[in-house]
Amino acid sequence: MKKRRWRDSGLALLMLGPSAIVLGVFVIYPIIEAIILGRQRCGVTACRTTGWGQYIDAFRSNEFQDALIVTIKYALITVPIGLALGVGLAVLADKYIKGVGIFRTIFSSTVATSVAVASVMWFFLLNPNVGIVSDWLGGVAKTPGLLQSPGTALWAVSASSIWANLGFTFIVVTAGLQSVPKDLYESAYVDGANGFTRFTNVTLPMISPVLLFITVVLTARAFESFGEIDLLTSGGPKAKTTTLTYLAYGQGLPTAGDDGLRATVSVLVFFVLLVLALVQFRGLEKRVHYGN
Amino acid sequence: MAIDQIKGGRKIGRYLLLTVMAVVVLFPIYVMIVGALKPGNKVLEHPLLPSNFTFKTLQDAWDSGHLGRALWNSTVVSVVVTVAQVTTSVLAAYAFVFLKFPGRTLIFAIFLATLLVPLEATLTVNRRTIQDLQWINSYRGLAVPFLATAFGIFMIRQVFLQIPKEMREAASMDGLGHIGFLREVAVPLSRPTIGALALFAFLTSWNQYLWPVLITTNEDYNTVQTGLKALKQDSLGQPNLVIAGTVIIALPIFIVLISFQRQLVRGLTAGAVKG
Repeated sequence: MKKRRWRDSGLALLMLGPSAIVLGVFVIYPIIEAIILGRQRCGVTACRTTGWGQYIDAFRSNEFQDALIVTIKYALITVPIGLALGVGLAVLADKYIKGVGIFRTIFSSTVATSVAVASVMWFFLLNPNVGIVSDWLGGVAKTPGLLQSPGTALWAVSASSIWANLGFTFIVVTAGLQSVPKDLYESAYVDGANGFTRFTNVTLPMISPVLLFITVVLTARAFESFGEIDLLTSGGPKAKTTTLTYLAYGQGLPTAGDDGLRATVSVLVFFVLLVLALVQFRGLEKRVHYGN
Repeated sequence: MAIDQIKGGRKIGRYLLLTVMAVVVLFPIYVMIVGALKPGNKVLEHPLLPSNFTFKTLQDAWDSGHLGRALWNSTVVSVVVTVAQVTTSVLAAYAFVFLKFPGRTLIFAIFLATLLVPLEATLTVNRRTIQDLQWINSYRGLAVPFLATAFGIFMIRQVFLQIPKEMREAASMDGLGHIGFLREVAVPLSRPTIGALALFAFLTSWNQYLWPVLITTNEDYNTVQTGLKALKQDSLGQPNLVIAGTVIIALPIFIVLISFQRQLVRGLTAGAVKG
């Protein structure tokens, strides 16, 4: 028996080795090292240790608190609107009517745009000098511009992000809808449920695991957003779009050039995300229907 | 299928709604394509209407943004990452499902736990590692950290688990070793999921933004994403070039995704739909 247990060890080592090395060197080591580095302040050549208090100081700093609020706002705008639009479009394109395939391809299409492509597109759409959107809207959209006005900048970045994520949400919800057994609708129909009741009583509960998944992914994306901020606003105006990840890695911030402080901020973001994921699963799991 | 069919006014209403939404979703893409096909000085007049059709702007963007080089770099890095990630994931998943060795559960748990670590939290230390290895401005620096992922291993493990154990036992009786079983049974049976992982890995690598920003300083190592960032910074006064560059960079991935729609759906839904 003992011998059987060990029989495959050599082969297992060979098969797991490559993954273990990559995950060890580029995920496990760096997260442990980052926690240690987060107690230090670094210049170009050397670091000095200030201690664990650096985490508390960083967390309490105005910069971090402001970025946390911006990020929460950003998530509260992009996640519900993105989810509602994705579900709406998927339900709309779920019936078997002629030509629905073309609409599905169109609604999925934004999944093909990277953060950089989507952000540069929206940079020009919203740019007051180019005038595509600003000529219609006028007012703030004209001067100083939706991305340049402190009141609208975060909403403008959100619009770009919601658009860019729509393809992903649409594809995942569509797949979820297709896995709902058709006879459930049939019996609801026979019982006299109208379209709206069928949606709330059959569709929504059946796709709730998919909705939970999308909520978690979109929230994580909001907290990890960097490219759209970098390309659309550089965190401005007046830090109104400086999200947590941008605070860690953006240009012209206290963290730039200080690996210690960067580590402090990114480890704090890691813990915020962990707590958030836990809350999301705890809170939503109860309401999610996983079938049998 | 009775309730799947709708007729008359409701059908027209649905088409109308679908069309309006399609126009809204396509609007930014339309504006970019129209802009890219105009001569530079016309981009800002009537941005919604095509005029003075030309490929010159696309040509200029290609040249001044060094987009050929950026597309090549992204292709090399993403293909290497995809091939490696599929290979490492298949091998590791096979070990977790079909091999018996001490500590299997613990090692799997550690692998799985790495899924909780957001990429952003590791990048500062990884940049220092790449610097120590003198891999700044190199394909190795861009690719090596992503040659294996817990996500890929987990995804392949899920399909391997569905292969009946009896098949392995029967193959073993016939004298088929682990490598033979992997090549002739496990991999062919899992082809759809492997395809989905490949597309997902390619897309994720292609779309990397922050990592190449952190570890490349030389334009020769720009990926399409950092190349676009550079083009935007260098051509602030020439929006036409940037618009055309965006179209050039978006096009290849559009074609890839339209060709591999089925794999894409599988790849994106791997975490969502139970199975």
